[in-house]
Amino acid sequence: MTGTGFKRWFHRFGSLPYFYDVSARWAVWLAVPAVVLIGYALVAGLFVVPPDYQQGDVFRIIYIHVPSAWLSLFGYTAMAVAGVVALVWRLKIAEIFIVAAAPVGASFTFLALVTGAIWGEPTWGTYWVWDARLTSELILLFLYLGVIALHQAIESPRTAARACALLSIVGVINVPIIHYSVVWWTTLHQGSTVSLTGGSKMDADMLWPLLAGALGFTFLFGWLTLWGMRVQLLWRERRSRWVMKRITHG
Amino acid sequence: MAEPVSFWAMGGYASYVWSAYGIAAVVIVANIAVPFVRHRALLRRIRREEFIDD
Repeated sequence: MTGTGFKRWFHRFGSLPYFYDVSARWAVWLAVPAVVLIGYALVAGLFVVPPDYQQGDVFRIIYIHVPSAWLSLFGYTAMAVAGVVALVWRLKIAEIFIVAAAPVGASFTFLALVTGAIWGEPTWGTYWVWDARLTSELILLFLYLGVIALHQAIESPRTAARACALLSIVGVINVPIIHYSVVWWTTLHQGSTVSLTGGSKMDADMLWPLLAGALGFTFLFGWLTLWGMRVQLLWRERRSRWVMKRITHG
Repeated sequence: MAEPVSFWAMGGYASYVWSAYGIAAVVIVANIAVPFVRHRALLRRIRREEFIDD
């Protein structure tokens, strides 16, 4: 076996048992901050924060809606980065990340769309409108579902992973479109409330639970994706010696 | 903090607020349960040596 050949072998198979073992421990470090931050966001968002002066109590949907929408963009961007790693370095763990992250991302994109619709009815007078923000977010859901469908449609795991990586990279163009849609086009959707650069247009008492919720959802995404990765990894390696050794013989 | 009755009423927006939070709870619980169940089922199949080629 040549030097590069060994390196490749190491990357493809060597690191997977290691990942399977250590990820069980990493999971705790993602789950604990997720529970604490989301718990704080829920309690503060539902009990402590006063009703909005214009919208009343219905604005409390923001503590689900914005973290979900944030996660829908974050998750797809992470998949695109993993897609580059998977295509350039042929890293199996990056392929597995894409496959595991897609259903989680799709779930939270769905949640962002549904909570947005529920919020839209009393405030805009309609559940849905085909404007730039809502339509581009719906396309994001289809992109996630496309990655899931591609993976299920292609028999060979490696070919499927390459296709999923490609779609993740191409589809990421939609992420800045979603983000800037409220600036570039006239939409019913309001502009950004929270901003890294321009200051936030929200009272600190309302803002902190929102930021905690977004950060908590990010940890939740990491935790859920990590568990999805462990299952996906085990499935892919189910015929390999290390899985047999570890699982069958204790 | 609001009294319990008006808290659940959500200022007249109860159906909107609680359905949003309820759907969120279902989505999160499903995302936790599915990998957990699949992992256990897969471990069981591996232990039964279902994937050994001969």
